[in-house]
Amino acid sequence: KQWDKCLKQDCPFQWQRKERMFLEGEKIACRSSQDSYCFFSRQTFEKLLIANRGEIACRVIKTCKKMGIRTVAIHSDVDANAVHVKMADEAVCVGPAPTSKSYLNMDAIMEVIKKTRAQAVHPGYGFLSENKEFARRLASEGVTFIGPDTHAIQAMGDKIESKLLAKNAKVNTIPGFDGVVKDADEAVRIAREIGYPVMIKASAGGGGKGMRIAWDDEETREGFRFSSQEAASSFGDDRLLIEKFIDNPRHIEIQVLADKHGNALWLNERECSIQRRNQKVVEEAPSTFLDPETRRAMGEQAVALAKAVKYSSAGTVEFLVDSSKNFYFLEMNTRLQVEHPVTECITGLDLVQEMIRVAKGYPLRHKQTDIPINGWAVECRVYAEDPYKSFGLPSIGKLSQYQEPLHVPSVRVDSGIQQGSDISIYYDPMISKLITYGSNRAEALKRMEEALDNYVIRGVAHNISLLREVIVHPRFVQGDISTKFLPEVYPDGFKGHKLTDLERRELLATAASLYVAEQLRSQRFLGTARIPVAKSKRSSWELSVRLGDGIYPVAVSKDGSSFSPCLVSQQVEVDGMKLNVTSEWNLASPLLSVTVDGTQRTIQRLSRNASGDTNIQFLGTVYKLQILTKVAAELSKYMPEKAAEDTSSILRSPMPGAVVAVSVNPGDTVSEGQEICVIEAMKMQNSMIAAKTGKVKAVHCKAGDTVGEGDLLVELE
Amino acid sequence: KKEQKDFVRKVSAGCRISFFLSFGKLTARERILLLLDPDSFDEYDMFVEHRCSDFGMDSNKNKYPGDSVVTGRGRINGRLAYVFSQDFTVFGGSLSGAHAQKICKVMDQAAMVGAPVIGLNDSGGARIQEGVESLAGYADIFLRNVLCSGVVPQISLIMGPCAGGAVYSPALTDFTFMVKDTSYLFITGPDVVKSVTNEDVTQEQLGGAKTHTAVSGVAHRAFENDIDALLNLREFFNYLPLSNRDPAPVCECHDPSDRLVPELDTVVPVESTKAYDMLDIIHSIADEREFFEIMPSYARNIVVGFARMNGRTVGIVGNQPKVASVKQNKKYFAAWCLDINSSVKGARFVRFCDAFNIPLITFVDVPGFLPGTAQEYGGIIRHGAKLLFAFAEATVPKITIITRKAYGGAYDVMSSKHLRGDANYAWPTAEVAVMGAKGAVQIIFRGKEANAEAEYVDKFANPFPAAMRGFVDDIIQPSTTRVRICHDLDVLASKTQSSPWKKHANIPL
Repeated sequence: KQWDKCLKQDCPFQWQRKERMFLEGEKIACRSSQDSYCFFSRQTFEKLLIANRGEIACRVIKTCKKMGIRTVAIHSDVDANAVHVKMADEAVCVGPAPTSKSYLNMDAIMEVIKKTRAQAVHPGYGFLSENKEFARRLASEGVTFIGPDTHAIQAMGDKIESKLLAKNAKVNTIPGFDGVVKDADEAVRIAREIGYPVMIKASAGGGGKGMRIAWDDEETREGFRFSSQEAASSFGDDRLLIEKFIDNPRHIEIQVLADKHGNALWLNERECSIQRRNQKVVEEAPSTFLDPETRRAMGEQAVALAKAVKYSSAGTVEFLVDSSKNFYFLEMNTRLQVEHPVTECITGLDLVQEMIRVAKGYPLRHKQTDIPINGWAVECRVYAEDPYKSFGLPSIGKLSQYQEPLHVPSVRVDSGIQQGSDISIYYDPMISKLITYGSNRAEALKRMEEALDNYVIRGVAHNISLLREVIVHPRFVQGDISTKFLPEVYPDGFKGHKLTDLERRELLATAASLYVAEQLRSQRFLGTARIPVAKSKRSSWELSVRLGDGIYPVAVSKDGSSFSPCLVSQQVEVDGMKLNVTSEWNLASPLLSVTVDGTQRTIQRLSRNASGDTNIQFLGTVYKLQILTKVAAELSKYMPEKAAEDTSSILRSPMPGAVVAVSVNPGDTVSEGQEICVIEAMKMQNSMIAAKTGKVKAVHCKAGDTVGEGDLLVELE
Repeated sequence: KKEQKDFVRKVSAGCRISFFLSFGKLTARERILLLLDPDSFDEYDMFVEHRCSDFGMDSNKNKYPGDSVVTGRGRINGRLAYVFSQDFTVFGGSLSGAHAQKICKVMDQAAMVGAPVIGLNDSGGARIQEGVESLAGYADIFLRNVLCSGVVPQISLIMGPCAGGAVYSPALTDFTFMVKDTSYLFITGPDVVKSVTNEDVTQEQLGGAKTHTAVSGVAHRAFENDIDALLNLREFFNYLPLSNRDPAPVCECHDPSDRLVPELDTVVPVESTKAYDMLDIIHSIADEREFFEIMPSYARNIVVGFARMNGRTVGIVGNQPKVASVKQNKKYFAAWCLDINSSVKGARFVRFCDAFNIPLITFVDVPGFLPGTAQEYGGIIRHGAKLLFAFAEATVPKITIITRKAYGGAYDVMSSKHLRGDANYAWPTAEVAVMGAKGAVQIIFRGKEANAEAEYVDKFANPFPAAMRGFVDDIIQPSTTRVRICHDLDVLASKTQSSPWKKHANIPL
């Protein structure tokens, strides 16, 4: 009897949680199903090396364990204690922290493969996953590369070649013209052929440089004039590119899976439109935008392309989709995508397992008709970054507390870190991928809200506040999204959740109630004292809570008889409105559950001190509050205002990173806006500019230094 | 009588507007109001007046009921405390005979009852008009400070000027806290300094909160303003037993005592020269990550402070590897060694804990004592001996965890088994040796043996030699540290240990 799949249909996470699995030779069962359906995994490889780190390495190891494959992890020296190293059966250090010397170090990795006798290599994503040289070297050593063959990687890696291939495979590509345009009339003729709007630019200009959008003939003529001038003068290359301009596109991709026997499947789409700086933040499957016909058309074209390049393994065909559901091929990624879990959730397939099977040479075991869309899955990428600075600037540090929201139903967390892990400047700042699943989109989103509220991350800045705002935003909930969602919704940058009056009252009431619980507890001493402790008979507190610029009087009073520090049921009066707060405050727990007037919420108290300062994470956003008794608050008016540091004459590093260059010396005169130094952090170079005109007093950094957030870089006079 | 009392309160309230507003300071009574539980203050000696008749002081307008200090007793979170709060609005808070008498009265009673004394200092100095009577008053207070020392905890909060002879009262108490920008402590003010040594120095530079918390080590911590200071003092008070007759207090605790701390398994870096933050370890094992650090900005190569373990107050001492360099003779030393300042800081803290039955937990990662002429000339031998003395004489429960290095004499000093440690543990990363491998090999082989260094590392860069001799009781998984400490504290709560009879020991001062 050979089953490859747990027969329990509604078990999307059957393979994810270790405790649900037990391993006995090759036999694996999903313990969640009552009848304990077993299946025998087919023999694939005995030992597999994962040429990656972090969550994807852990993800691959999990599937390998399920399939009874021994695993070899590679790591850099700073990753010696990383989770993927602990999970793997063997681990070998391949070099120092910088990726070029470790995870990209092919010589060292080939050495490890030889030494450990790994039969196959899973490259994960990033690093060497789309490196044809690596695939070629593996092939020459007789080691299986879990991915497509060198030919497909090469063909799809080349922008022009992939487009040509797509065109030949009858895949919709963005209609356009690339070449010498004689005059404006010809430009107009081409533009009409393509259909307005069109985008005109010099072919030689990279990216969006010198790009002009034309909506009619007149604008085309004008665009032609500018672009051809620019092409000649700036690049010495007359060629122009006239292409269909896709206004407000969505980014939708099709997951394909192909074997070495010419079979290929499309596993539905993923909607990845919520992006910042071309990096995806929130993904979901399926898309709210596609109807079954469009989906099938996109899927079939994707499969056609895969077949055209004799693709095997899992791959992703990315499309831009315009508002009238026209879709155009963008590129094909010849690897496992970061966001693959959403596809796994709705189809029930384990993509890594399928990749390994296919790489071994087995034919696909599913037919296109077997591929369902079961429910809805949403993925949020949780990053160690500060979302208040251009939607996310990296943050580093030690995760002093870390707890994944696995107690929330239908939540999957793919992570490669644990409490105590360091988020370093060397690697991607992703903490985890948080995936929730539901029978429909609303359910999946509701669970996501809950999961985000229950996610404990301390020690580094994180983007939970942004993620939570996105998933509850009316535009997102309606599915009205595009790649420009973030800049459109937050034109002045993300500022955190805006409290409604009701929410503000809830927050104030919660904070006040928490304060009282804490105060009451601090009067409880265990054991008998030589001098008895005076019992407080207080049943009401008059407090003053500062939140942002406002100061709010809050009165807390005992409600009923149940009144111990642990179980608090209180009436809290804010702005003359009475709210009932009930909670079993466990003041040591990072997650606090509270019910305010019947609304249950999970909040997190990040910090408190004796001076009443309290930071509370409420609805994803952290609010700074100061809670004082009324007496103390009144007296605090007399306290002197401490002069804030004049920040215009000092330059501090806004994030941790490495100093790439310093362009000033002490004594130099700089003008406002002039670049002073460049800081690199996590693949990004940031130019630090002078906030005012003046003379440089002192330079505290030099090229090559590593700096922390808030470190003093340069002082002006 | 009630009317008179109300009058006194009104007078103090009235003064605030005319005088204190500009200073950002609270009045003596407002301070007591914030420090103590509501309605718990019982005031003493409200009708005492000064007895001076010279210089027109006997005129009625120069007499204020209560004189320049407010004294009494009250409760902080339900627990008894004696308080005096000097009133700067009355003759600049200057100390008259009557003023001193009031303070002595509460101190005497505190010693008899066995409850802490908290002084809120805000005084211009001696009442010059009273002459020697004022000086006698100071001496009376000093004597009581000394007699109370080790009997009840004494805390001074400097909330204004405190100059001349007056500074010795806070110096004799167990803890001195300051308020930033508004409090000063010095023997002689900037004017006298200028005339004697011709130094130009401001009050803030000479004796401000920054000077005393970071440079001189006179004060134990500084707070932003009066309110901040008083609220923190309330929180601090909860850590202290009421007297030497009481055990360390046990608060209600929600943090499970058997909580594992997985991050400790990876907190010590693989490279033995790389720094890590001892505060990370302390926060992660303490109840609810709370740690009240004492002297956080002074001698930062040692961390001392109070925390709770399963609700019970403990004193924590730890070497701080994160302080990577110590500047000396214009050179930086990559070391978190013990030096003069850290020895003295640690010793005073250990002795406080021992005097007041607070168990000690010591985290050891120390490569030795800091070498150099500055240290030797400064008397590192004498000062280092203080820490050794303090740990050796302490009879409270002592639990020691060696996280990494424990080299040389510093190993002995840091609450080792040999100094009556009750539970001494080593993490697997521990290295207990006479010195680093390089130095040791040079001495043993005079540099002739090439492989000897590796051999030495093999032999001593691990906790086994010490464990085999019983000098560490166990080698523990770091993640279980909290569990082990909590269990040990439960057992050691009934520990009794005594030292030979003596009048008092002779600590090398």
